[in-house]
Amino acid sequence: MSATLRVRGLRLWRGDRPILAGIDLDAAPGEVVALMGLSGSGKTTILRVLAGLERADAWEITVPKAGMVFQFHYLFEHLTAMENVCLAPVHVQHLTRAQAETRAQALLDDLGVGHRAGALPRELSGGEAQRVAIARALAVDPPLLLLDEPTASLDPARRNDLGDALKALAASGRTLLLTSHDDDFVRDFATRVVILADGRVVEEGDARRVLEDAHHEETRRLLQVERQRKVNR
Amino acid sequence: MIRLAIVPWLLALTATSALAQPPLRWGGDSEGGAPFVEADPTDPARMLGFDVEIAEHIASELGRPAEFVQIAYSSLDQSARRGDFDIGLSGIEDSPGRRASVAASVPYYEFREVITVREGDRDRFTSLADLRGRRVATLGGTMAYDILLQAERDHGVTAVSYDDDVHPYSDLLLGRVDAVLLDHVLAERAMRRNAGLVTHADAVAVGHYIIIASPEQAALRDQVDEILRAAMRDGTLERIFRKWDCWNDDQSALYGRVLASNGTGPSSAPASAPLGSVARAWEALPRYLPSLLKAAALTLVLSCAAMLLAVVLGVAIATGRVYGDPVTRAALTVYVEVMRGTPVLLQLFVIYYGLAGVVRLPAFIAALLGLGLNYAAYESEIYRSALEAVPRGQLEAARILGLTRVQTLRLVRAPQAFRLALAPMTNDFVALLKDSSLVSVLTVVELTKQTQIFATNIGSWLLPGILCAVLYLAMSLPLSHLARKLEDRWKVATS
Repeated sequence: MSATLRVRGLRLWRGDRPILAGIDLDAAPGEVVALMGLSGSGKTTILRVLAGLERADAWEITVPKAGMVFQFHYLFEHLTAMENVCLAPVHVQHLTRAQAETRAQALLDDLGVGHRAGALPRELSGGEAQRVAIARALAVDPPLLLLDEPTASLDPARRNDLGDALKALAASGRTLLLTSHDDDFVRDFATRVVILADGRVVEEGDARRVLEDAHHEETRRLLQVERQRKVNR
Repeated sequence: MIRLAIVPWLLALTATSALAQPPLRWGGDSEGGAPFVEADPTDPARMLGFDVEIAEHIASELGRPAEFVQIAYSSLDQSARRGDFDIGLSGIEDSPGRRASVAASVPYYEFREVITVREGDRDRFTSLADLRGRRVATLGGTMAYDILLQAERDHGVTAVSYDDDVHPYSDLLLGRVDAVLLDHVLAERAMRRNAGLVTHADAVAVGHYIIIASPEQAALRDQVDEILRAAMRDGTLERIFRKWDCWNDDQSALYGRVLASNGTGPSSAPASAPLGSVARAWEALPRYLPSLLKAAALTLVLSCAAMLLAVVLGVAIATGRVYGDPVTRAALTVYVEVMRGTPVLLQLFVIYYGLAGVVRLPAFIAALLGLGLNYAAYESEIYRSALEAVPRGQLEAARILGLTRVQTLRLVRAPQAFRLALAPMTNDFVALLKDSSLVSVLTVVELTKQTQIFATNIGSWLLPGILCAVLYLAMSLPLSHLARKLEDRWKVATS
């Protein structure tokens, strides 16, 4: 299956309120595409539609099999990190437990949390839980990886580690689509950014170019809000 | 002016209170029914029966109005000692144990313990010895029950204890028991009510009905004795018993003996002090302990089996209510609300007696079903809320990973829900253990019933009550402890 994502005319209403008002979106293998926009702009809804959690009202789409990492990671609380990662390989792909564990250990090692394999989710830090959630999503080897606000619970050092890890995943031929509020992170690690407002794409292009030289008023407003947020923090 | 108005009132008040004697409160069990004490079918506030007429006769001889107090048959002795009524009469049997614990009158009626069987068994079962290996029913805590317990040892019959004197006969017709041993008064009434039964005239034993009073009321008892003797002499009792179709030659002979003994008969033996009952309890303990332990084991087995049923059904109901289509959900909701909203006692009656025409369940199975079906409703609510407490995000994560709905339930949702449900489940099991005492209404002799038999026979609740409590705690505490340990272990895994 191709890892190329192609979305045309994605629309979704909640009642009579349009959430997504005709989105076009492309992402190719090796790319890290960031969706940015104020709360309510529809970023997360796009990820949920692509993951199959919500049904769109109209669209034309080519979507590869997707894995998803939630903002609140939603690890299975009764299972260890290793068991979380092995669950789908064993029960969906029917790998033997030994095979699944070997692969899971490799994934956890790559993401820097191999030493936490035996820990339960509540024993993990926010950053560790995030990495385990990424490993869980990657365990079934999806060509497209969706990440909802992956930097939300990370300190700056962890944030850079995560960025490097995502870059490496893209380099290995996956397509990454993420949402973020963090323009520094997007500038440093995304290849392309898509700015959303009121369920529409208002601007898109090379991440560094768009964020440093915004053309659209909505983009400037967004960056102003985000920078203000950082100052306040 | 005001003072003048009050004076005649005060005069009137003192006059009436001097004239009006306090009512004679007499205790009986209207559930025992006619011909003893029965609520008038046309006016349930009015009582009918020969015991009612005897009580009213005594009250009128004492110059006091009669006032009926409803007391459960098995509690009459305890209530007499507590002073809940002045005198008690409701087909109360004479026994040495009773004479030792309450003030007892001279006997006023002689009854025969007789065997009733189905017509087809008329020639096969004529004595207790013929009933080896058979179930024989009677009213618990009576002389007939003691006779049956003896017959268990002598003839290998199985004694089945009922709380009332109607269901032994209806269960005899249904084939749940093979014979009933009870007073001929009750047997004759049952024969009138049910076709297809036959009673052997030969008496297995002979007993007497007496009137009881609190041990401190020996003077009142002596007055009652005098009134009874006079009523034997002048034919008042004969007239009452003839009216209720209960008169026979045995009574003439009895009255002859009572009147001849004159004054202090066996009935006048002094009632022992309450302290004596504790000593009696200690003395009786070794005899009752094995049956108490057996009853405790039955309680435990019944509770565990009913809980298992409740858990399995509860899981099914909860799953249906969370995942089912609207029709399934509505049907299951109705089930849960009906089972939770009606008394388990009612459900037990319906399952055992109400359905007897359709399916004739053995008592233990009916008890197991009744408790299990009732608790399944409670368990299902626990599981449902526990299932719904697992974050939706986890279910979505499982779905994106490619797990089916069944896999998600089995691998992700149910294991976490079970951990959440454990504490309330433990609570329910302890509650079930105690609610299992209700099944004694279905002739299952579990721990509380056995304790009651013990207490009734020795005339004290103190020692039996403590023993019973200790046995219940011995069953429930280890369980609570185990549940707490599991919870502690899993606390790490949830939260």
